[in-house]
Amino acid sequence: MKKKQGIFILILVLALLLIYAPILILAVYSFTDATAIGFSGSFSLNNYITLFTTPELSEMIWGTVLLALVVAVISTVLGTIGAIGVFYSRRGSQKLLSAVNQIPVVNADVVTGFSVCILLVVVFGISKDTFFPLVAGQVTLCAPFVFLSVYPRLGQMDPSIYEAALDLGASPAVALRRIVLPHVMPGVLSGFAMAVTLSLDDYFVATYTKPATFDTISTYVVNATRGSQTEVKTALWALSTIIFLIVLIIALFGNRSGGRRREAGGRKAEV
Amino acid sequence: MKYRFTRKQLAIPYALFLLVFVIAPLVVIISYALTGSDGHVSLKNLAGFFSDPNTMGTLLYSLMLALVTTAVCLLIAYPVAYALAFSQIKRRSVILLLFIMPMWINFTLRLTALKEILTLIEGNLAFHPFLNSVIGMSYDFLPFMILPIYNQLERMDKSLMEAASDLGADRKQVFLRVTFPLSIPGVVSGIAMVFLPAMTNYVVLEMLYNSTYIMGSLIGSYFSAYDWHGGSMISLILLALICIFTLLGGGNKEENARGGSLV
Repeated sequence: MKKKQGIFILILVLALLLIYAPILILAVYSFTDATAIGFSGSFSLNNYITLFTTPELSEMIWGTVLLALVVAVISTVLGTIGAIGVFYSRRGSQKLLSAVNQIPVVNADVVTGFSVCILLVVVFGISKDTFFPLVAGQVTLCAPFVFLSVYPRLGQMDPSIYEAALDLGASPAVALRRIVLPHVMPGVLSGFAMAVTLSLDDYFVATYTKPATFDTISTYVVNATRGSQTEVKTALWALSTIIFLIVLIIALFGNRSGGRRREAGGRKAEV
Repeated sequence: MKYRFTRKQLAIPYALFLLVFVIAPLVVIISYALTGSDGHVSLKNLAGFFSDPNTMGTLLYSLMLALVTTAVCLLIAYPVAYALAFSQIKRRSVILLLFIMPMWINFTLRLTALKEILTLIEGNLAFHPFLNSVIGMSYDFLPFMILPIYNQLERMDKSLMEAASDLGADRKQVFLRVTFPLSIPGVVSGIAMVFLPAMTNYVVLEMLYNSTYIMGSLIGSYFSAYDWHGGSMISLILLALICIFTLLGGGNKEENARGGSLV
């Protein structure tokens, strides 16, 4: 039994090493003036200075973040309203809408991006420079995931609470805002987080729908790989390291509050 | 009668959204795929795809790459998911988080890191394009395989395994006849999460300097050439493949690892 546990830990450690080695090695080299991994270099913050002082790079980073926030807010509102509406609809429309909602989830992102571009840009002639195709395309990618994260929460709710609110004189809109919405809030929040990550990670929708002069982190990195600008290339190592640190902090923070929430839930179950 | 708000009316804006941004693009894709550049209905695009050795080669190469990538992911992910599900580490949620975290880092940046390491090891990436692509894709998609298998193993009733060994099954039998069969739904969703991206995510190949085309690259190249009909036709073929996979999955309840990872 003990031997088995040892093997388990060995497997987990090896897998984590495999996953994190590239990111960590890159992080170490981001603090040197080496132009490639394996080359010797001395300590230097040049990559970080380049990252923050090159207007092209900082525009690209803030543009990506702003886009992700806009897309996530729209997706969250849309997906939450949709999940509530569909959940209380008739059986038939429920099934139909849930099935259509699955399409962007299972579809390849290339196809989603391409098809939205064809409809909006080619058929309707909307200019990519308006950012409308880009935002609409990413919302199409993200909103279904918010829907999926809110929908199950509604099923866990006791329907009689809503009825009670109505009986006590609340209008449906008030009951919705004060009873249903707080109940699904955890789903809404995780849906929002999911939408942010999906937008930040997206390459395919962005590349087909973005204005030519605008770059997200993904499209920028892919273009930088094609080019041979060493300075930009190594500055991206610094970006990778910063994102890794931010993710690490969020994960640590989220895990702590998540643990507390679970603890509270456990205590409630005991009572 | 006075207008009265009801909850189900909230479905209307979402239904409209799905109609305009999900259904309509698909209708447009299908109609473009089935018409020639002269606007007449024809199956010329599709026939052209299946009779051209180049595009058929691309389809085969994509299938091959996806197959190998899926197999590699499964071979790595299953032991990891198993170890995670059955280990008695105290802070299992932390370890699980460590496997999820890479998904929050932009995939092009993760691939940049991998590319640098592979360049260091191999000297020149051009020598092993297929191998590098498999490594890149496995590196990118591994969490999508680990999570559904882990979830399935984790919620499994452990007493079934104890019962099997009490009834005289040895460890191998317990695994082959109890644990593995019960984990199959997780394996199926993992495969679904990896196979399709492995056929279409051409950024992985591009970043690792593999110039061979996969299905996704065809859409990209038709797009750059303003050939909407060609791009739509490839999209249609991919949609058909997705339908086939979904049917093969046998209505297996969609285990949404991409989203489930964050909850």
